[in-house]
Amino acid sequence: MTLLTILIDGIAYGMVLFVLASGLSVTLGLMNFVNLAHGAFAMVGGYVTVLLMQRLGVPFLATLPAAFLVAALAGLVLERTLYRPMYAKSHLDQVMFSIGLVFMAVAAMKYAVGSQQQIISLPSFLLGRFDVFGVSVGRYRLFVIVLCGLLALALFWGFVRTRFGSRLRAAVDDARVARGLGIPVTALFAVTFAVGSGLAGLGGALGVELLGLDPTFPLKFMIYFLIVVTVGGTTTITGPFFAAMLLGVADVGGKYFIPQAGAFIIYGVMVALLILRPEGLFARSRS
Amino acid sequence: MSTADLTARVRGSLVLARKWHPAEFVVWVMAAAAFVLFPRQLLLLNEIAILALFALSLDLIVGYAGIVSLGHAAFLGMGAYTAGLIALHVTADPLVGLVIGMAASGLLGLVTSPLVLKGNDLTRLMVTLGIGLLMLELANSLGWLTGGADGLQGIAMGKILGIFEFDLFGKTAYAYSLTVLFLLFVLARRIVHSPFGLSLRAVRDNPLRAASSGVPIPWRLAAVYTLSAAYAGAAGALLAQTTQFVSLDVLDFHRSADVMLVLIIGGAGWLYGGIVGAAVFKLLQDWIAWFTPQYWQFWIGLFLVAFVLGGREILHGGIRALVARVSGRRGGGS
Repeated sequence: MTLLTILIDGIAYGMVLFVLASGLSVTLGLMNFVNLAHGAFAMVGGYVTVLLMQRLGVPFLATLPAAFLVAALAGLVLERTLYRPMYAKSHLDQVMFSIGLVFMAVAAMKYAVGSQQQIISLPSFLLGRFDVFGVSVGRYRLFVIVLCGLLALALFWGFVRTRFGSRLRAAVDDARVARGLGIPVTALFAVTFAVGSGLAGLGGALGVELLGLDPTFPLKFMIYFLIVVTVGGTTTITGPFFAAMLLGVADVGGKYFIPQAGAFIIYGVMVALLILRPEGLFARSRS
Repeated sequence: MSTADLTARVRGSLVLARKWHPAEFVVWVMAAAAFVLFPRQLLLLNEIAILALFALSLDLIVGYAGIVSLGHAAFLGMGAYTAGLIALHVTADPLVGLVIGMAASGLLGLVTSPLVLKGNDLTRLMVTLGIGLLMLELANSLGWLTGGADGLQGIAMGKILGIFEFDLFGKTAYAYSLTVLFLLFVLARRIVHSPFGLSLRAVRDNPLRAASSGVPIPWRLAAVYTLSAAYAGAAGALLAQTTQFVSLDVLDFHRSADVMLVLIIGGAGWLYGGIVGAAVFKLLQDWIAWFTPQYWQFWIGLFLVAFVLGGREILHGGIRALVARVSGRRGGGS
């Protein structure tokens, strides 16, 4: 039955989108910073995996932590040096700044590894499909769903149950008051930014097989991250999660059933949602 | 002070602001002189004039009304495709295409303005970005009309006013674009120094106070958004007519980002910002593309980052100091 297969493909796609965009939603909520360059960190992660596998023959699973770490490190360094002076500036300046970063990242990647689409060969135990009650499921899709599902659970737990999470939520709700209560918002943000970038890197690595990877990745998927964040809102993790699922299923389904409409449906839905619910689909009203 | 007094003073200051500064004549004389001075660079000059018009259109909403946009290419593309289609199917007269292109873009601006007027800066950035991408996707999927990825080919333009024929070197093209830019600039100049323009700036600086002073904010913003869209449509129509080709590139995201960069270089909120920015941007792009044709985007990006991080203050401060010194030496000026 193809319908269920499409659903599972869509969920796998949405899971990757969630891991890619979750960092963005927190940074946007915390510092009110519009970071359009988030996709560049994802691209870095993707290329770490591709290059480690192609050039050094490192097995796929071992490259995933490396993708996370390199992207997180890049995030940490850039936050410390370039991003920090931008927080006080206008949204427009932030947007232009991060677009500048995207342009640089795209051109630098073209220069370093060439503009061709990258292909990786997955290990054999992740290849092929198998049947679950008559539904054909790709092994890699299932792997992605399980891995990203665990990550999402860990994020929920970290966000809701830990001390770090409660401080983070306090800072997102009202950074000034949180600062006044002695919560180190700046350090909190540096850590969050690094983890968010690392998650983007991991998402980029997992997405090589599902989304494709070439130097224009940050531009191509920028709109997807923004949809996840703006539709999901920035005050919770569940919001972006469901937004990512919705987007993944709608995009895969749309491309399958109405291929001629292309990405039209997605953009249309995003504009409509932004107009009807400018605070995000699942946002609590902040009054 | 009585209301009549105040009205008279506001009128007086508007009339004063409308007076042409001598430096303004220099800009336009230089633009016209470039026609004779750089006969080999006319195609580049034409591109600068068109980009300047596009940036002028963005300045009307960003600089004067405080509406940020990341999807201004939607209007450029609308104007370009409309002008291209008119030339292919209706008439080869450039002026007809220009007017209809402007009208079509203006209409698109009017229709989409309610979407853009709601919400804060962030929502506006996202919605305009979404509208820009929607238009690109629309042009891509309506292949029977727009030619899809191949674009509109075989556009043959007639003579302007039945006299001036387009040539290979861009002579007519530059003269045409510069004339349109100049006329629309004069109109924009008149508009921003009118009570309407004043009310826009009031909305930009303090919407709450403007609303309580009786400014009908939604109508004013919708009006300027429509005007700006029509200007962008004119730029698109000029682009289509002078290059005799329209492709999906006119709707691409980088167009919206580039024009924002142009405005940031030149400075938003004064009408010459777009013109100065367009000249600097195009010359910079041309120069960078000359020594690194494939990776010019990197340097544009670097420029953007450096500019926002602090280069702007240095550059604009330097220009202001220079202007102050020059006008100081003449012993006058404010």
